Amino acid sequence: MASLLLRHAARAAFNVARPRMVTAPFVRCYALAPEVKQRIDDMVQNNKLFVFMKGTPEAPMCGFSRAVVQVLELHGMDPLDLQTANVLEDDSIRNGIKEYSDWPTIPQVYVNGEFVGGCDLMIQMHQSGELVDLLKGIGHTSPYADVQGDGGSSTDGNKA
Amino acid sequence: MAITAESIRAKLQDALEAQHVEVEDTSGGCGQAFEAVIVSTQFQGLPLLKRHRLVNTALEDELKAIHAFSQKTYTPEQWTKIQEKAA
Repeated sequence: MASLLLRHAARAAFNVARPRMVTAPFVRCYALAPEVKQRIDDMVQNNKLFVFMKGTPEAPMCGFSRAVVQVLELHGMDPLDLQTANVLEDDSIRNGIKEYSDWPTIPQVYVNGEFVGGCDLMIQMHQSGELVDLLKGIGHTSPYADVQGDGGSSTDGNKA
Repeated sequence: MAITAESIRAKLQDALEAQHVEVEDTSGGCGQAFEAVIVSTQFQGLPLLKRHRLVNTALEDELKAIHAFSQKTYTPEQWTKIQEKAA
């Protein structure tokens, strides 16, 4: 009898003493620090077009980032003139921009301070012709301005 | 729980009441990169960005864990048109 009580007591003591594993993913707890938010504000508000990417326009470090640079280049935006941030060089921006945009992946394109999308969206907008209009909105005329797009994915394809 | 093309497909099917979902593991079976084609009436009237956000919300947990995700979103009408063109 006594040994049973002793065993219970020991088990209880053991459970209290043993540290619990924290199982919540650390990344969920990421909060956007004011300083980081300010830096991102400056980047997207002081530039008509801004791209958060992996690597640089001259040397992209990811296929999706490279694709964004190439699509913009097709529309007459010289990679060497692109305003970008290399998230691989700055972890606070890499994590911060995901919170800021509420968007989980890189690359991220901002036009006139507004989040426009990632690689998929840029490619689909290129195909639909929407990218031409988007760039017109920042005073840039794309070489595709006279080319008929496929009607747009954001409509139901009802354009003539 | 491992993330697979099938687990993603099922989640999208469920969350977006999709007519059609295709998911491919583009990381050679490593469960790290995926491409998805999703057809749903929930996309009707939504601009591209909103569609993608809808999908991102459905896959919130997966997107935190995997390295890459690519998506194409269509309404049933758009999908039919695409099928006709391809035929």
